[in-house]
Amino acid sequence: MVIKDYTGAKIGMWLFLFTEIILFGGMFLLYSVYRSTHPHEFHEAAEGLNVITGIINTIVLLTSSLTMAVSISATQKGHKKISIIFLTLTILLGLAFLTNKYFEWGYKFRHGIYPDSPGLLKEGSGEVLFYGLYFVMTGLHGLHVLAGVLLLSIMLPPVINGKINSMAYVKLENSGLYWHLVDIIWIFIFPLFYLIT
Amino acid sequence: MKIITYSTYVMVWLGLLALTALSVTGAGIAPGALAALLPLLIAAIKALLVLAFFMHLKYEGWAIKIMLGGTVVTLAIIIGFTFIDTSFR
Repeated sequence: MVIKDYTGAKIGMWLFLFTEIILFGGMFLLYSVYRSTHPHEFHEAAEGLNVITGIINTIVLLTSSLTMAVSISATQKGHKKISIIFLTLTILLGLAFLTNKYFEWGYKFRHGIYPDSPGLLKEGSGEVLFYGLYFVMTGLHGLHVLAGVLLLSIMLPPVINGKINSMAYVKLENSGLYWHLVDIIWIFIFPLFYLIT
Repeated sequence: MKIITYSTYVMVWLGLLALTALSVTGAGIAPGALAALLPLLIAAIKALLVLAFFMHLKYEGWAIKIMLGGTVVTLAIIIGFTFIDTSFR
């Protein structure tokens, strides 16, 4: 492409994504060890999570990856209006995910389940571990979704005013790579927390 | 530079939705160990679809693919070797 170092910029983003994989990978490591030592408690504790909410969030993020990919292809093809619409849709879907999380966590808090809550500590250590991992992992993931929403919002003006266009789109492509990774992390979080009942 | 078509993206998305449905029903009806393993395997396939098409990896050069492979292998070693320890405590 025409910009100074398109390939270098893209590789740079991939390198960052590798650090994210190791970051969340470390937490998946904790999950796998503690699940292997408390299989029954994890199974029981997972019953407290709402599968439907998890499925809806999964669909929301998968669709947001679609809209993100379409937005980038549209920019590459010079279809500016489509790019703007689909980038906006991606941002809205990200916000929808966060709204869902807000209600999901709120429900748990109202039922006395939050890190270090007396209700939780009353239960066995397995349940404490499960919910500790649940809040930290979905919490950190949620922060990543929020960061992604902000990043994509920052990309919107240059797409609108044409600074990002079919000859110079690596910023948008890299933002998309970040967004897809956040989706991939959720793709693994979903079965591990919601489908082990 | 390969521009992926909108319809390819939609096909991938439909595949992802189908795999999600499979994962949910499989977790519900599969026996014992398979119920734990199946959703994870499906998650890996979904991740590969997102990587290959949405993240364009199918059309990238070997450098990024090898680096990604190295990252995944590193994570597998981290988790695998931990289990070699914790399994025998």
